Order: sequence, then C-alpha cells, then structure tokens
Amino acid sequence: MSNATEDMAAFRAEISDWIKENCPAALLGRPMGETGIVWGGRKWTFTDDNQRLWLERAITRGLTAPRWPTEYGGAGLTRAQEKIYREEMQKLGAPPPLESFGLWMLGPALLEFGNEAQKAEHLPKITRGEIRWCQGYSEPGAGSDLANVQTRAEDMGDHWLINGQKIWTSYADQADWIFALVRTDRDAPKHRGISFMLMDMDTPGITTRPIRLISGKSPFCETFFDNVKVPKENLVGELNRGWDIAKYLLTHEREMIGGGGQGLLGARSVAQILASQEGEMLADPVLRADAMQTEVDTLAFSLTMERYKDQAEAGRGVGNASAMLKYYGTELNKRRYELMMATAGSDALEWEGPHGGLAPEWLRTKANSIEGGTTEVMLDIIAKRVLEMPGQ
Amino acid sequence: MKDMTQSLIDTEDEVMLRDAARGFLSDAAPVSALRANRDAGRAYDPALWAEMAQMGWTGVLVPEDAGGADMGHRAAGILAEEMGRTLAASPYISTAVIAASVLRRAGPGGHGALESIAAGKALYALALDEGPKFAPKATAMQAEKHGNAFRLSGVKAFVADGATANRVLVLARTSGSTGDHEGLTLFDIDAARAGLDREQLSTIDSRDHARLIFDGVEATGDDIIGDLDNGLAALRPGLQAGQAALAAELTGLASGASAITLGYLKERKQFDRTIGSFQALQHRAAHLWSEIEVTASAIANAGRVLDHTPENAELAVSLAKARAAQTAKLAVSEAVQMHGGIGMTDAYDIGFFMKRARVGAEWLGDYGYHAAVIAAARGF
Repeated sequence: MSNATEDMAAFRAEISDWIKENCPAALLGRPMGETGIVWGGRKWTFTDDNQRLWLERAITRGLTAPRWPTEYGGAGLTRAQEKIYREEMQKLGAPPPLESFGLWMLGPALLEFGNEAQKAEHLPKITRGEIRWCQGYSEPGAGSDLANVQTRAEDMGDHWLINGQKIWTSYADQADWIFALVRTDRDAPKHRGISFMLMDMDTPGITTRPIRLISGKSPFCETFFDNVKVPKENLVGELNRGWDIAKYLLTHEREMIGGGGQGLLGARSVAQILASQEGEMLADPVLRADAMQTEVDTLAFSLTMERYKDQAEAGRGVGNASAMLKYYGTELNKRRYELMMATAGSDALEWEGPHGGLAPEWLRTKANSIEGGTTEVMLDIIAKRVLEMPGQ
Repeated sequence: MKDMTQSLIDTEDEVMLRDAARGFLSDAAPVSALRANRDAGRAYDPALWAEMAQMGWTGVLVPEDAGGADMGHRAAGILAEEMGRTLAASPYISTAVIAASVLRRAGPGGHGALESIAAGKALYALALDEGPKFAPKATAMQAEKHGNAFRLSGVKAFVADGATANRVLVLARTSGSTGDHEGLTLFDIDAARAGLDREQLSTIDSRDHARLIFDGVEATGDDIIGDLDNGLAALRPGLQAGQAALAAELTGLASGASAITLGYLKERKQFDRTIGSFQALQHRAAHLWSEIEVTASAIANAGRVLDHTPENAELAVSLAKARAAQTAKLAVSEAVQMHGGIGMTDAYDIGFFMKRARVGAEWLGDYGYHAAVIAAARGF
C-alpha cells in the first residue's frame, strides 16, 4: 500500500470511530423525513435533545462543513476525505448534523468571492447553525429572465437603501439573513448592473408573506423591502458584478437539484406502492408499458448521475452538462410521480390517505422543472453552450 | 446493478483506443465506404476485416494464449460505438463478440476456433431466429438423434452475416417441446456442410443477412458447444456480449447521426437565418443530446458489468439494449426530419443511419423484449 492509501485507510477508521462515539444511538438508522432535518437559526427549536447533542459535537469537530477551512469552523478535509466521511456516515445511518442554504449556497459563494471580514463574520455562524440563510433571487418580473431583477440598492453614502420585492424565497419566514441580487446600476446592460447583498431579516422595512402552493404547503415566501437600510460592508464581491456570483451559485444549485445533494429522484417507487396493494394494478397493459419505460429511464439516469460523479471525482468538471442532469432528472421525476399516482388510483387522492402524503409530493414535483432554471432554460443552455448552436 | 468499485468513465487506455479507432475508421470506413459496398453488391470489405484483425480488433475478446488481445467487453463496446458512428460494416459482432464469447467459455475444445477468430480467418454467424422476432426459447428446429449423430432440419429466418460466414453456431431442439428452456443444444458447424442452403436476403441496411435452410444437416457430439440439452446456457455469454456490443453500435450510430445533423443545422439557411438559431430546433437537438448522454451511461455500465461481474449482467445488458434501440430511433427520426427534403434522398448519407438503426433495434431483441426482462428483474 502506498502512503496515501494508508493515510486514507487510517482516516476512514478514525472518522468511523468518531461517528460511532459521538452520534447518539437514537439517531442512527432513523428514516430521514422533513422533520428529521436540523436547519438551525435563531428561530430553531430542536425536536429532541439527541439532535442538539449531535450538532454540538459535530461543531467541535468542524464536521457541519467538512471541506471549509478550520479557521471558519470547518474541518478542512480534502475532497477524498470528505467522500470517506460521507460514506461512513451513510454506512452507519448517521443523519447530517445540520443542513442549510448557508452551507450549500452562501458559504461556497463567500469562500470564492467574499472578503476576509465577511468570511470571519458569517461562516462560523453558519457552521454552528446560529444563523439560517435564505436566497433572494427571483422577482415577479424576473423569473427565467433572472438578470432582469429590479429590487434597487441606492448608495446613500454611509449605507445602502433597498426597495423592491422578491418572490419564491424558500423559508424566508424562518430565516435570519438573506443573500439577494439587487440592482445597483440601472443604466448598465442588465447583467452588469447587479450586486450581491447580505441583509439581516430583522432590519426594519423587511417583511415576508408565505405563499400557499397547490400542494397545500408553503415552503416559499414573498419578501418585501421598504426603505431598508443596509451597512456598506454587506456588499459581496465587486459592485455591479453580482451576476458572476449568481451564475456560480446557479450551477451549484442545478447540480444539487439535478442529482447531487438531496438526490433528484424521490425516495418512493412504483414497486413500493404495488407491494402495499392487493390485486394486480399493473396487469393494465397501458400502465404496465408506462412503468417499464419509466423504470428503464430511471435506471439509465441513475447510472448517468454515477458517471458524472465518477467524472467529477476524476477531477474533470461536469460544467454546462449539469443543465442536462437538471432537465432530465426533473422531467423524469415528474413522470415517476404521475405513474405512482396512477398506480395507487383513488388511494392517492386523499391528502392523508393509505399512501400518506403521496399527493402533496406529486404536486411538489411540478416545481422541479421550474425552480433553479426551467426546463426550457436548461435546453437553451445545452443548445448554446454544449452544442454551440447559433444565437437568435 | 452498478459495480460501485468500477468507474463509468473511460480509462486512459480506453480513451486511446477510442481515439485510435475513430481515426482509423474515419479514413478506412467512412459512410461513403458503406455506399461503395452497397453499390458494388457486397456486404462488407474483406480488406477492412483483415486490417481489423491486424489491429487486434477481431481478437478483442480472445485470450492472449489463443492469439487475442483480450481487451474485454468495455473495449469491445468502444470499438462497436466507433463503428456505429461511421456505419462501418463487418462481421465484428457476429464473430469477434458473439462467437468469441461463446467459444471462450466452451473449454479447451474452443481454442483452435478462437485462434482462427483472432487471426481474422473464421467468420461466424449465429443461426437463432426462426420467426420475425427474437425469441431463443421458441426455437423449434429439430436436431434428431441418428445413431451417434444428429440431423438438423428446419429454417433459420434471419441470420446476420449468414451468407458470408464460414462457420455457423446453430441452436436446435434435441429434446422437449417448443417453448421449453431445456432441450435446446448449440452446435458449431462448418457453413459448407452438406444439406445447408443459404439464401442471401436483400435487407434495408445493405449488410449480410441470410435465411439458412437446414435439410438433414449432420452434426456429431464433437460439434456441440456446452452441454447437450443445455444450449441456452452455452449461448448466454455470447448473446449478452452481442447485445451489449450492438447497443454500443446503436449509441455510436445515434451520435454519428446527431453530429451530421448539428452540422447541417449550423449551415443551412432559411428565412435569412441559420435554421439552428430557431429555438424549436435547438430544444429538440438538446433533448436528443440528453438522451444520448443517458444511454451512453447504460452502455459503459453494461461493458463494466460484463468485465467484472458477468453473473449479474442480465439487467445491465437489457438496459443498454432497450435504451440504445430507442435512442437510435429518436436520433435518426430527428436527423431526417431536421434535414428536410434532402434527408429523404439516397444521395445524402443520413438515410443509411435510419436503415441500420431499424435493423439494430430488431436484432438480438427489440425494446419490448428487453424492457420485459428489466420489468421481471425489478419485480413487476
């Protein structure tokens, strides 16, 4: 064995022991539902002490943010070490101690574009779960055409003055801070007049209103900014270059929606529904043909996610092809849920029925191909950037 | 289904093999060569086959001690993909993939035959289908016991490379009745044996397909591959390897047709603009590219599984063939439509892709056959 291989084996043994010693036994192997996730923040209450204990212990080891530098509360792991850590967590059935937009989105952006003071101020609070962040991108007039954001930030000398409205801000009503795209130059071409701004949600003038969705749930909000005073130092990166940060984060988000992170394909399967049913629903030849096609495509797409992961691990980025994962995965997931609803029949028509919660999940999948860049925008990206087809 | 210890991306050796194959085939077997073969009335170019043998391609699955290169199924798939891109015609899948995979599992008796395959001398055909659909278990052809020998009588309806082959692997019933898993036996016989009549078919892909009529063809116990009455087991490694390679060929074909079409979209002008600037066409091209990407993963996986855990290959191989048949169909349909009128002309190459895709979709099991295998494996 080479030294490097020995080091990795030693790390695996060490991290595995650490998880076993520190993750409360009650959390191991517990199914991860929405309620099992620890989001943190000022408004957060733990559902039990085990979650609190696990988070506290993970913080001391930097493992809420495995790859971030130790000076900001991370564990400073290499890519290979992080992979081992996640594998051992999965093997032992240990839940992530903390999840948040701060860990997924803002942290990577600050590490890439933030100044030293911003990193020192915000990153440790993210790793400790003290501050929960939300993302303020879309506006009523800036959906697919995100660069059309109109929320204004005026330079008032000693502060910024923010006025405008954001929409689809995930969990804004439960978040402590927001990172947002704001217009700082109305005369420049639209991509060149946008800046990336951080705001405390407790600042006077910020209000949120949850939006009730077709699923009956309200994971998104409208967020209003009415003469909000924001300190000058809350601008991230260069003035009017916020679009670079937004693009960086959008690619990140697409890879997450499209396959990494939470996984693109929901945990349910047709086989699971069939197993709980009496009789043979799939004797229906039309449904059966649909199920076969969906299964073929699901298996092949799962292999594609594996192949792209293998490619990323080999140090070759996925780049604009992430648009394909996002496009294909979300459209496939919608098909899967349509099929599951049809397989379950009237059993799935109640909000809380024999297939408890299938209907809200089915309705939720309809947003998959809209959020984080629509299917149509993904196809545009593939056509222009991957296939290099000519512009209009 | 995936062997998690195996990466699905090409290794350095595989990248080199792919580059070398693409370079060679674009010179030695471009689509224009298929046209020339067709116009000359020949199914493939023996000189090309000799060059493939020189490069070790005929021995891609033959062990080194029998003169092969023993590169494995992923490598065999990469070669097939590249052949698909230019529609390079040869008995590669019948001989170098199917027959080689059957014979290397057949024990020491297959050694000489494997040497002949690696040397490019043996040309094999698999005589299996008796009706219009791939259905090995439905084999009805009789091999009647006659003293110490067998007499084979019946018709094999659609035999790829059947007219030019000098050896024939033929599946016939030695016991039981039609539809039984058991009772079938695989024979390896000389194509010139008395009583075997071969009629070349004129098929849409301009390649060699034949109807083989067996009228009391004699075979002995020495001609049996594997065990008497257990021919499906002897044939399985060959079928799986062939299905995986054919799926790879179809995926390469889809990429080739798509590349030609993209070139056309970037060049053809109507309404004073390049038609590739129309969003309706861009989205269709992007969708097609996505389908090819997803299918390519299933192809890579089938090769890896056949190389490392062949006992688990059924699902991986059927997934590859099911996906490839559909992806190739989409690619050639879009290709002809996006070319417009010129895509319908014989003078333009794109039609060749459509015709080969239809044959490849059918041979060794169509989408429905393989989707049913997958459904059974997944428990519904």
